[in-house]
Amino acid sequence: MTAKPKSPAAEVQKDDSMLLQKAMMAKHYDRLANAKENGEKVASTFVPGNLNELLMCFDLVNNLPEVNAIQSGLRRQSGGYIMEAERSGHSEDVCTYVKSDIGMMAKGNIGPNGRKLPDPDVLMLSYTGCFTFMKWFELLREQYKCETIFLQTPYLADGKVTPNMVQYMVKQFKEDVIPKLEKVSGVKFDIDRLREYLKKSAKAEDDLVHVLQSAKNKPSPIDAYFGGIYYIGPIFGAFRGTDDAIDYYRFLRQEVDDRVAKGLGPVTPDGVMQEEKYRLVVEGPPNYTSFRQFWKMFYEEGATVVASSYTKVGGTYDFGFRHDPDRPLETLAEYCLGVYTNRSLPMRIEMLVNYINEYEADGLLINSIKSCNSFSAGQLLIMREVEKRTGKPAAFIETDLVDPRYFSAANVKNRLESYFQMVEQKRSGAKKETAA
Amino acid sequence: MKTFVGIDLGSTTTKAILLDEAGDVIGRGITNSRSNYDTACSVAKQEAQIDARFTLFRRAFGGEGGGAEIDTFLADLERSFRLEQFLEQLGDLEETCVRQVRGDRFEKQADAVKEALKEVFNRLRGEAPAMFGPDAERKSDFFRDIAGSRYLEHAENVAREAGLSYDLMLNVYDKSIIAVENRPPSGSLNEKFRCALDRVRAGDVSQAEADAALLSRISGMLDIELEESYVVGTGYGRVTLPFPKEHIRSEILCHGLGAHMMYPNTRTVLDIGGQDTKGIQINDQGIVENFQMNDRCAAGTGRYLGYIADEMNMGLHELGPMALKSDKPSRINSTCTVFAGAELRDRLALGERREDILAGLHRAIILRSMSILSRSGGVADEFTFTGGVAKNEAAVRELRKLISENYGEVTININPDSIYTGALGGAEFARRAAEGRMDGIEDDIAEGAVA
Repeated sequence: MTAKPKSPAAEVQKDDSMLLQKAMMAKHYDRLANAKENGEKVASTFVPGNLNELLMCFDLVNNLPEVNAIQSGLRRQSGGYIMEAERSGHSEDVCTYVKSDIGMMAKGNIGPNGRKLPDPDVLMLSYTGCFTFMKWFELLREQYKCETIFLQTPYLADGKVTPNMVQYMVKQFKEDVIPKLEKVSGVKFDIDRLREYLKKSAKAEDDLVHVLQSAKNKPSPIDAYFGGIYYIGPIFGAFRGTDDAIDYYRFLRQEVDDRVAKGLGPVTPDGVMQEEKYRLVVEGPPNYTSFRQFWKMFYEEGATVVASSYTKVGGTYDFGFRHDPDRPLETLAEYCLGVYTNRSLPMRIEMLVNYINEYEADGLLINSIKSCNSFSAGQLLIMREVEKRTGKPAAFIETDLVDPRYFSAANVKNRLESYFQMVEQKRSGAKKETAA
Repeated sequence: MKTFVGIDLGSTTTKAILLDEAGDVIGRGITNSRSNYDTACSVAKQEAQIDARFTLFRRAFGGEGGGAEIDTFLADLERSFRLEQFLEQLGDLEETCVRQVRGDRFEKQADAVKEALKEVFNRLRGEAPAMFGPDAERKSDFFRDIAGSRYLEHAENVAREAGLSYDLMLNVYDKSIIAVENRPPSGSLNEKFRCALDRVRAGDVSQAEADAALLSRISGMLDIELEESYVVGTGYGRVTLPFPKEHIRSEILCHGLGAHMMYPNTRTVLDIGGQDTKGIQINDQGIVENFQMNDRCAAGTGRYLGYIADEMNMGLHELGPMALKSDKPSRINSTCTVFAGAELRDRLALGERREDILAGLHRAIILRSMSILSRSGGVADEFTFTGGVAKNEAAVRELRKLISENYGEVTININPDSIYTGALGGAEFARRAAEGRMDGIEDDIAEGAVA
């Protein structure tokens, strides 16, 4: 989830944690590329409901097709991949992560480091609210003819995790997931090993939450959406439960604390943001094909994102959940149940309202993704309800994940500028009222 | 006197509004948008200043009785002024055309072409006074449209008479009009006003006996400077305007405020422009509460009607009246602008009547607007419809029907000057900014001005 590596634009500013994160991601892609050579087996899985600690118990290397699609988007490869997938019969409206992945496979499955990604030995599908994931892995199963494990996470339609839900999932772990992983990997499951990893996860999670909540400061030292995407990279991917993750998040925390102490704003590609004029909460994934241009539309206007729902798709930690080594399987179940994509509309509303209040934001911005029905369904309702409950203005923009054809810069900029001016206008209207 | 200017640089037309210190509109100006935005902008502004002069004249003489006489006089003066303006631009066009006549393409014909051009422009100048006569009707007031259609006709005749290629004449014109259009307006306005006054005095246009005292008062009033106190730009081309950033406002905010100024009870605004359809919710102060607009796709916007008009070889303003003749509108689902022509030909091939197809197309546009409106929060009383499409009766009829079906009884406002809504909002932002009232002006200036 980093920006382009070895970008020719040397003037692009990155803080040290971003460089560290980039190095970690590069290291992981190398590990994937070398996996077969090194005799390592590979599990493909998804970010929401990513069971990295469990996979590590079987010495499996974690490969995330979504992240590969994001990398392709950032590297401007996804457009070609998507067209390739469309040629092979996938329609225009299909999730562009899927099409980018399918197209990438068709073109030799070359990863961001220019090396071939390994064929998976197992497909670990933890279904956490996104229906497309099932169809995606159906396609991958057809392609790779390998073991496919389907872990069903009950949807939080009633807004809470019940003991039944947890038991149901633990049963799946015991009776289906673990036996199959043992078979594929040839490694016997050791629950103490799992506990060790979970302990490490919790440690990194503490620091991540500290970083995300640093945005409550004014000015916020981080951008919790564009910058947030760098921050979640390791923990949403192959590093949760590792010492590397602990080190990274400790380092990041230190860096962010330093910025708070100095009263500095977020680091953007054009340097430290000078003036924080707008504090926003953003719902929905970003656009990756024009990531930097998109970000610029915010920081140029002095807009910082102080909280976002997207940085919770791979786990929601800021409301108290931590991986618990004392209840290893239960905690994995609870983790899956709590990810953002598995939350009902009222839960999402609750969360966004909470963010606007807690982070003293000026309003809500929804980036609606054309090819993501999972996120988009109900977003206008969410917007109305959040507006009603917070009294803060909201706005709606439309882009796509990794399909460059669906990013119209002029249109997005127009709406964003209108929104910022609307916030400004409402704010001075309110000031006038207070003065009167 | 102080004036406050709002400029709305749209994809089709550029509009300008001049407000006085009391916030009253004193001038409106419009021109076709063109590749040089600065020029489009200054032409529209100049047009608004011309209009403002006449408002000032009317104000000055308004309270003195003898209304009809003054009106006739001012109408004469305006026509004379327009004629002066036209002749000046024609002169520019002629010079530009002559300069184009060079190079291999013309070989030995250069002199003949120059001679032909001279003849064409003589004829154009000869008929010009009649074009600006008291009862003359013009299809458009844009120089490009008037000069273009007349040039083509004369050039065809002159070319035939002289045994020259018409294409050659056409080519010279095409190249020249673009250059002329993108040059900023030249010459002093007052100069043109004085020429126009002379023309009226000479009885060139007016039958009425012009009163010498009146003429000299008008002449004196030209010395009142229209000072540009603050300018705000909006519209899709706003970022290219040569203004500092804080003088640029989003068209959504400008449309909201403009609609509020026209109808203070407005709560919902629908604007269908050349490439955007916007649904805007505003509060009792004209402040935007919410908005939605078409996304990457320009289906069902004004441009769609433009394509349809081209496909049918009709004028844009003729579409509405024809659609109104239909009693059995076709059912059309797609409002894709690019496919508009295909859809149309398909329907015609199936034997559907033109008026029915047009009625169906208008309905389809309004249906798409209804979707944008509902996403922006629905329709609240009062509802104001703005933008070029608000001039189209067939679109308005469908809109009234669908609003009443979906939202019940709602007051629907359509202002004859609705095309100026964005510019009006911009001008009001300008006036407020200059007054130090900061509703809607960027914080840094706001604080700078207050502190």
